[in-house]
Amino acid sequence: MALTTWALRKSLWVYHVNAGACNNCDIEVLALLTPRFDIERFGMILVGSPRHADVLAVTGVCTRQIMPRLQEVYMQMPKPCVVLAIGACANAQGIFTEAYHMGAAVDETIKAVDPSAIIIYVPGCPPKPEAMIAAAVKGMEFLKTL
Amino acid sequence: MSHKTIINIGPFHPLQEEAEFFQLHVDGETVIDVDVRLSYNHRGIEKLDESKTFDQVPFVVERVCGICSASHPLAYVQAVEEIAHVDVPERSLYLRTIVNELERLHSHLLWVGLAGHFLGYNTVFMWAWKYREPVMDVLETATGSRVNYANAKIGGSRRDISDEQLREIDKVVGELHRPLDMLTNAVLDDPVLHARLKGVGILSPEAAKAYGAVGPTARGSGVPIDVRRDDPYAAYDLVDWDVVTAPGCDVFGKAVVRLLECYEAIKIIKQCIKQIRPGEIDAKVESIPPGEGIGRVEAPRGETFHYVRSDGSNRPVRHKIRAPSYVNIPTFKASCIGQQIADVAITLAAVDPCYSCTERMCRVVDADTHVQVYQFADLVRLSQQKTDRMRRS
Repeated sequence: MALTTWALRKSLWVYHVNAGACNNCDIEVLALLTPRFDIERFGMILVGSPRHADVLAVTGVCTRQIMPRLQEVYMQMPKPCVVLAIGACANAQGIFTEAYHMGAAVDETIKAVDPSAIIIYVPGCPPKPEAMIAAAVKGMEFLKTL
Repeated sequence: MSHKTIINIGPFHPLQEEAEFFQLHVDGETVIDVDVRLSYNHRGIEKLDESKTFDQVPFVVERVCGICSASHPLAYVQAVEEIAHVDVPERSLYLRTIVNELERLHSHLLWVGLAGHFLGYNTVFMWAWKYREPVMDVLETATGSRVNYANAKIGGSRRDISDEQLREIDKVVGELHRPLDMLTNAVLDDPVLHARLKGVGILSPEAAKAYGAVGPTARGSGVPIDVRRDDPYAAYDLVDWDVVTAPGCDVFGKAVVRLLECYEAIKIIKQCIKQIRPGEIDAKVESIPPGEGIGRVEAPRGETFHYVRSDGSNRPVRHKIRAPSYVNIPTFKASCIGQQIADVAITLAAVDPCYSCTERMCRVVDADTHVQVYQFADLVRLSQQKTDRMRRS
């Protein structure tokens, strides 16, 4: 196991990007920090810069306007990193698939710049905070196998 | 000596939940101008609605904004009910009021928490969000989801709330009084919060009226404007409550309005639970005749306005949404200029801006990067091509 993956097994730091979400997933991501769910017990915190983050939590449909910016944020993250696509929109653009302002889905957008990106999908509109915690824990388990 | 610079905030910034872009023009530490550039979150919902049937649209408009996800569908169904001249059963009116006021409770507590976070008072953030969780729980019990309620339906409500659930709601909002007292006292008595919030982000009543501010933004400037009283919908004219305003016109006033509105919300919910009678919850609307209608709802952030036009088919021909943040955001021009940079974050947050509601798209210009530039005409063309493609498929 490389030193970087060894260091990734615990205390993942999360950078949250709203790629055109309706705020539902975002308030649920924030709810993770607060006493009821308290994701800090896994050592996870939200950080203010993608350069400090191990996990990119993306919510929203990824609009045309956001697409290049999301790619830039992803490129700024130290690799290896995990992308959490939170919610139906981030998974497959949800009910907004047919709208005119859609870019590509989050996974396609990120795979366009890094084909080997690790993407974890959290379905739901919005997913419950428990589901997000489960996804984060699965992500940690996956990183141990690298 | 003056030193003028431009400070960019966004599009991704740790303080912001959503992608938005502000340019602050500063002279030393003082803000002399502010420029707001949006459309990162624009999803084309109005256009999307034209491809959905009347019954499908509530699910789309619910996702205009996740925090006002009871207000937007309600405004939309009221607009459609105005076209179809529907008499909504009384029980459904009460159900709508209960869900909308629960939403106001959770939204205002959410704002108090975020405001505390912006000021560096993370304790307030944790407290407010902790006391918000019971409200989310009863919303989940009553509607099936924590944030997307799918409650309003053309002609009534989609789901009844049982007596047992009503008792549970009554109990939970009753128990909210004590933590709310604690939070209100903590905010209103804290000398540091007074120093940070009083006299900051002044929005005079004249400016509030000139910019057309709505909701707590206007009421915090002493302008008593509230759709629930001015144009009653649902069961607001059947219960007793007061419009909360605060003098001072500053961020403190807006915080006071939001905290005191939580008490009003509890009062309204308790009365609704007392007055609600068994009965039908759905008027069973068969078809929507040609015509146009408007729906107005006091969302937690202010008046939400929906306009719907029907041509007698099963889809709306035009659906126009005006969300409260759309008129509240320009008040930054009045409230931010002359502030210190350090006070700007809370001044911007005081409006409780919701960009996913607000995003419009006319023109996107980015001179520095290689971002595609769309003119409004291009968008119309794209949109028409899309409709054309869908018609053919």
